[in-house]
Amino acid sequence: MRMLSDIPIAFLMIAAVTLVSAVCAMSLRNLVHCGLCLVLTFVGLAATYLHLSAEFVGFAQVLVYVGAVAILIVFTILLTRNAEVTLSPVSQSSLVGLGIAIAVCGSLVLPLVTSPSLRRLPAQSLAPDAQVQRIGEKLMAQYVIPLEALALVLTAAMIGAVVIAMRDDPERNDPSPSPQNQKDTGSVSNSPAGTALNSSSSTSSSQRP
Amino acid sequence: MDFIRYLDPTVQFMLFSAVKIVLVFAVAMTGVAYAVLVERKVSAWIQDRVGPNRAAPFFVHYLPVVGPFLTKLGIFQPMADGLKFILKEDFTPSYVRKIYFWIAPAISCVPALMTLAVIPFGSTLGNANNPMVIADLNVGILYTFGIVSLGVYGIVLAGYASNSKYPFLGGIRSSAQMISYEIAMGMSVVSVFLVVGDLNLSKVVAYQSGGIHEWLIFKQPLAFFIFLVSAFAETNRLPFDLPESETELVGGYHTEYSSMKFALFFLGEYAAMIGASAMMVTLFLGGWTPIWGGAPASSLLVGLSHIVWFLAKLGFFMVLFIWVRWMLPRFRYDQLMNLGWRRFIPLALVNIIITAGLIALTHK
Amino acid sequence: MTPLHYYLIFAALLFSVGLAGALMRRNAILVLIGIELMLNAANLNFIAFWRYSPTANELVGLMFVLFSIGIAAAEAAVGLAIIISIYRHHRSTQLQHVDRLKG
Repeated sequence: MRMLSDIPIAFLMIAAVTLVSAVCAMSLRNLVHCGLCLVLTFVGLAATYLHLSAEFVGFAQVLVYVGAVAILIVFTILLTRNAEVTLSPVSQSSLVGLGIAIAVCGSLVLPLVTSPSLRRLPAQSLAPDAQVQRIGEKLMAQYVIPLEALALVLTAAMIGAVVIAMRDDPERNDPSPSPQNQKDTGSVSNSPAGTALNSSSSTSSSQRP
Repeated sequence: MDFIRYLDPTVQFMLFSAVKIVLVFAVAMTGVAYAVLVERKVSAWIQDRVGPNRAAPFFVHYLPVVGPFLTKLGIFQPMADGLKFILKEDFTPSYVRKIYFWIAPAISCVPALMTLAVIPFGSTLGNANNPMVIADLNVGILYTFGIVSLGVYGIVLAGYASNSKYPFLGGIRSSAQMISYEIAMGMSVVSVFLVVGDLNLSKVVAYQSGGIHEWLIFKQPLAFFIFLVSAFAETNRLPFDLPESETELVGGYHTEYSSMKFALFFLGEYAAMIGASAMMVTLFLGGWTPIWGGAPASSLLVGLSHIVWFLAKLGFFMVLFIWVRWMLPRFRYDQLMNLGWRRFIPLALVNIIITAGLIALTHK
Repeated sequence: MTPLHYYLIFAALLFSVGLAGALMRRNAILVLIGIELMLNAANLNFIAFWRYSPTANELVGLMFVLFSIGIAAAEAAVGLAIIISIYRHHRSTQLQHVDRLKG
């Protein structure tokens, strides 16, 4: 018989909030709601990491996902002005998608529930030594090549994002720009939205030095 | 007070933590109220006016000399302001998105207060097991940056919820500005932690406890400058108050707000100022250590003097924030972005490289 | 203490939710959100296995998650930039509207 104290209440609460908000993030009609539910999901995951005594990763999750990725997504939703989209009618392909997802879910969860080997695992040992110094030493010694590669990827992503999101110059192929064109580009370079667009799209990539 | 000694250590810890939380909250709230008063008095002084000098409850008039003097200083003005905010009609325009409209002020206010949790505001009060910091986190600075980045949501939500043009523009501007300057801020701090070798803010203070010549402001002046300017941008203060610039955007993201909800935004802004000042004091001005340096206190009186030192340094930065607001004009938006992305981030990177090089050279 | 397989089931459910969203929704932004959820579920698995592993002090799982977070940030930045430029061309982020190769 299980005792009441065996049930990990804190974990179950965090997991429930995270899962419900994840479902909301994927199913709500209004995209802004979806973005904000995604924020809640990320916060819940960060709490789970803290619960697993991975402090550094937990706060990195808050900093990168909640502070940059999610805000970027909300930003994009607001800028593309499609906050209220109508839900397209359930089509055959989306039903197939749901079927695939349920099949994947079943094939992942069933072995976990039925497997006898996981129950034999020891319960959590003492909190491992994940001091920031140790993480830094590992990063700078054992993992220095992946670190450098990641730095390259981030730089490339930042430049790529700026280049992709930059507005195509309408005057480039047109030797005699119309006044309207000039006005258009002028307002682009000064308007808050235009500047915000370029800067924000490159933000999350350079979040981590 | 003897019964505390016989309590279980966990209970003791929880009791002390609760007391510290309540005290820090009370001091921060009072600080916000009186920062507004100082702001009004300093602006009046700079513009050759008198400032608030009338508000007073009726019994003050019966006090000789002291009463009129306090009234003239405007000591009672914050209470009148607070009362006014509470008693005003809490008006919700019909076209706003209600839930977000109500949540946004709270979201913008809470993170600003949460950053105060990891700031060591004093050494001890005689008992070495009870440091004067609410949560002595090993990843203190990461916590601060994570929480500060949550503050953006309040402003974006306020802009979105208001469902009208000016707040929306203000919200978008503000989020881009805050994300951009967060990067510059984070990178300027990296060099500080290269020097100290720890992310724990108590260790940063301990490193600087040798006296004024040990303070990191002298070892990392460039990092301090970048952090200071970024702090102005992060708290949406002049010269970077684009999100709420009255002359272009009416009031930016809080155009549609009134009464207590507006007061929460106001409170959030000043609490963010207090948080940023506390961070600068801790990182660059030696935290609670006196000018001549000092070890953690061994008696109650010394401990209290350390808290006073911390508050004095904090007050210095608050006055600086206010003074700058009334001395400098507002930046243009592209200038702001230019400064952040093309000046500060490269400068901070160069600073990191130079610092790392110097450490590598001198370490051997 | 929470047993390990609770975390694994949690991660599996999160992964399935992300997968279902990415396959069912038509909006490019929502597909991106679904992919982020799947990445996060994988991260959660790494952290859970790291916490329960006998050689946790080697920090392998932790390192993997740190790199994964960095990659996810790059992915989100580029993905959203592409979505914005698609929106400029087609005035829509619904994926079924984006069916012409000619810009």
